[in-house]
Amino acid sequence: MNTLSVVRDFTATTFRLSTPIIFAALGGVISERSGVVNIGLEGMMLIGAFGATVGSYYSHNPWIGLLVGAAAGGLAALIHAILSIHFKADQIVSGVAINMLALGSSNYLLLLLFKTAGNSPAVPTIHWKIFAIAAFILAFLIHYFLYHTPAGLRIRAVGEHPKAADTAGINVFFIRYCCVIASGILAGIGGTYLSISLLNRFTRDISAGTGFIALAAVIFGKWTPVGALGAGLFFGMAYALQFVLPGLLPHGVKIPPEFFNSLPYLLTMVVLVGVVGKAVPPASDGIPYDPKESR
Amino acid sequence: MDSSKQQNILVELKNITKKFGALIANDKVNLSIEKGEIHALVGENGAGKTTLMNVFYGLYQPDFGKIYLNGTEIHMANPKTAISLGIGMVHQHFMLIPPLTVAENIVLGEEPGNFLTYNKSKAISEVQQISEKHGLNVDPAALVSTLSVGTEQRVEILKLLYRRASILIFDEPTAVLTPQETKDLFRIFNSLKKEGKTIVFISHKLKEVMEISDRITVMRQGKTVGVLVKEKTSEAEIARLMVGRDVLFIPDKEVFPKGDVVLEVQNLQAVNDRHLPALQGVSFTVKAGEILGVAGVAGNGQTELAEVLTGLRSVKNGKIFLKGQDVTQDSPGEKIKLGIAHILGIAHVPEDRHKRGLILDFPVAYNLILGSQNKLPFSKNLILDSQAIQNFAKEKIVEFDIRPGNENLPARYLSGGNQQKVVIAREFSRDPSFLVISQPTRGVDVGGIEFIHHQILSMKKKGKAILLISLELDEILNLSDRIAVLYNGKIMKILERAAATEEQLGLLMAGISEYSSTEKS
Repeated sequence: MNTLSVVRDFTATTFRLSTPIIFAALGGVISERSGVVNIGLEGMMLIGAFGATVGSYYSHNPWIGLLVGAAAGGLAALIHAILSIHFKADQIVSGVAINMLALGSSNYLLLLLFKTAGNSPAVPTIHWKIFAIAAFILAFLIHYFLYHTPAGLRIRAVGEHPKAADTAGINVFFIRYCCVIASGILAGIGGTYLSISLLNRFTRDISAGTGFIALAAVIFGKWTPVGALGAGLFFGMAYALQFVLPGLLPHGVKIPPEFFNSLPYLLTMVVLVGVVGKAVPPASDGIPYDPKESR
Repeated sequence: MDSSKQQNILVELKNITKKFGALIANDKVNLSIEKGEIHALVGENGAGKTTLMNVFYGLYQPDFGKIYLNGTEIHMANPKTAISLGIGMVHQHFMLIPPLTVAENIVLGEEPGNFLTYNKSKAISEVQQISEKHGLNVDPAALVSTLSVGTEQRVEILKLLYRRASILIFDEPTAVLTPQETKDLFRIFNSLKKEGKTIVFISHKLKEVMEISDRITVMRQGKTVGVLVKEKTSEAEIARLMVGRDVLFIPDKEVFPKGDVVLEVQNLQAVNDRHLPALQGVSFTVKAGEILGVAGVAGNGQTELAEVLTGLRSVKNGKIFLKGQDVTQDSPGEKIKLGIAHILGIAHVPEDRHKRGLILDFPVAYNLILGSQNKLPFSKNLILDSQAIQNFAKEKIVEFDIRPGNENLPARYLSGGNQQKVVIAREFSRDPSFLVISQPTRGVDVGGIEFIHHQILSMKKKGKAILLISLELDEILNLSDRIAVLYNGKIMKILERAAATEEQLGLLMAGISEYSSTEKS
């Protein structure tokens, strides 16, 4: 076997599998920076993936698919925003609800629109490198946005101490709504990539935990966009290993494939245990803002 | 009212009413503020002062009532409206964001630069300019998390000045300051007044109110009960209006013969939550029938001292002796195990009653037996005896005047003062030999303070050894027999109460000791 081709395969696979994690993780960073935990990333990806397939299928244009996928993710996020910001629902519960809603409704709509419980028909796709490059550029754009623009300063202020931001004349609810919806759009694009770029169709539960890995990448990346990019690449690499490692085993040595399949998740646990002590989330992450409560 | 005076009125709040559920925080409150004056708003905790100012600042919407500015009615929709009308407020709990810089905190919401770029250097230079103009001496590039409380307050003032506020509201501004910092703040007040700014400040420290204000509005139980001109009133009159009856200011200080040493601490060292040294060799003794007051500015090791003595924090070095018995574990890093503190006869009134003193959602009765729940008569054979618990609660409610007198009400619904009485009732009923009492009257109204102070003195009369840790210098001066000043994790000096003056304590609290020059070498 040619070592060079193994390395090249491995690198390409890493980038291919990192991209959806990076998109969703960037969404997670924006949402959590404003103080809203978005455990619904997984569901928003799934809805985005489905929306993109439908858009691409009916318009025969994958770019329309991308728009529909992003919008679908944003719409799912709007539900999370209304529940957790307006009604001050527990953000974890609301996020879990989004995930279950996404799984149920995508399966139902799959049956309704395409008369199948498994795979949708094939649809036009977008080249994966476009998404991969966009994810990189976006990470740095969001970094600039968060740390060098007034809006970014306000988002960070709202996530740290919403009451302080409120008394400085900043509309806490508006900022949080925008950030949660933006996070849904990004997760939706991540999902779009899964269905109309990495694959060419929607399959049942296509996100399969990618959104949760993205959530881990948010924490591993210490709630920063560039950190999320790095963490996304790391987890992508862990995914890629499961395809590359079995081929590298010496003859006669047998390791069950399930072990390689569980590698990304095992690494997630190891990494989170290793960094969790040092990572400091935004001070008001996960706490609904109630102007009447004194702090 | 003559017309010239009428013209001078800048702000009028009329019939402001604000309810929170069943609680009427403001009941048809009136307040008028003249241009260029320093106006004190005084009243007990829960009298509705902060609510009134939050209504004026647009944080709360009143149920009814009107706000007039320069004679025109204003709808104060949110703080943004208030800011645009030149109103600024420094809240009691500072509204600062620790991981951001001073400049970022100040310009937040009105950042220089355009939509796409926030001009960091311009923010810094503008803040620098305002800071210098008003002699506030703040470094705009510093992170807020590194500042002292006094400096944080100056950042808050800069926030208002940056927004060109002409009416400045301060909620309990001196609560966290040393006497010197308070003097500094009042110097700033006076210079702002000279510039024509109007200042409203909320306080319950009558001495300060008499020192700095021009006029005083007194509130009690959500109502305005009097408007006074400083020259024509006295501390006693204000206090009477606040409480609704005469207040005995200084509890009778009887001197008792002191007993044996109950607690001895030798060279105590401990680290804080960030693993930085918090106590750096503290030594003292407390005798039976004695109150040792610990004075100091917040964050100088008071919290850690209380925690170490009650087994909540491990000792890094040093010894603790209780009645001559070594209660520190031999190996460093070990601690007096939680719970053993109670068995040893140490009672603890924690500084933060919400965090450590009470389970807010538990009824008063259960809060009163926390820590004794596994003992007779409260439990028999692993089963709680609710009758015994209720009876005990009823008894304590009467003894400690806990209101409302409903033992089944969750502690959350009690006022701060009554919550504190629950904690004190529980801890004092343990029959301890040594008590650690931290911030016993934080957030407690004048009537409650008086009651709690008498309870503490009666424990002393019973021959208990008491360590009183407080940020309120007046409290320390009123109750203590000796005063230890804690600064930067060390005891600067221990003074006999009779020999201590406020000025001297203030200097010691700021880390200035007359021997400091020789000590340093």
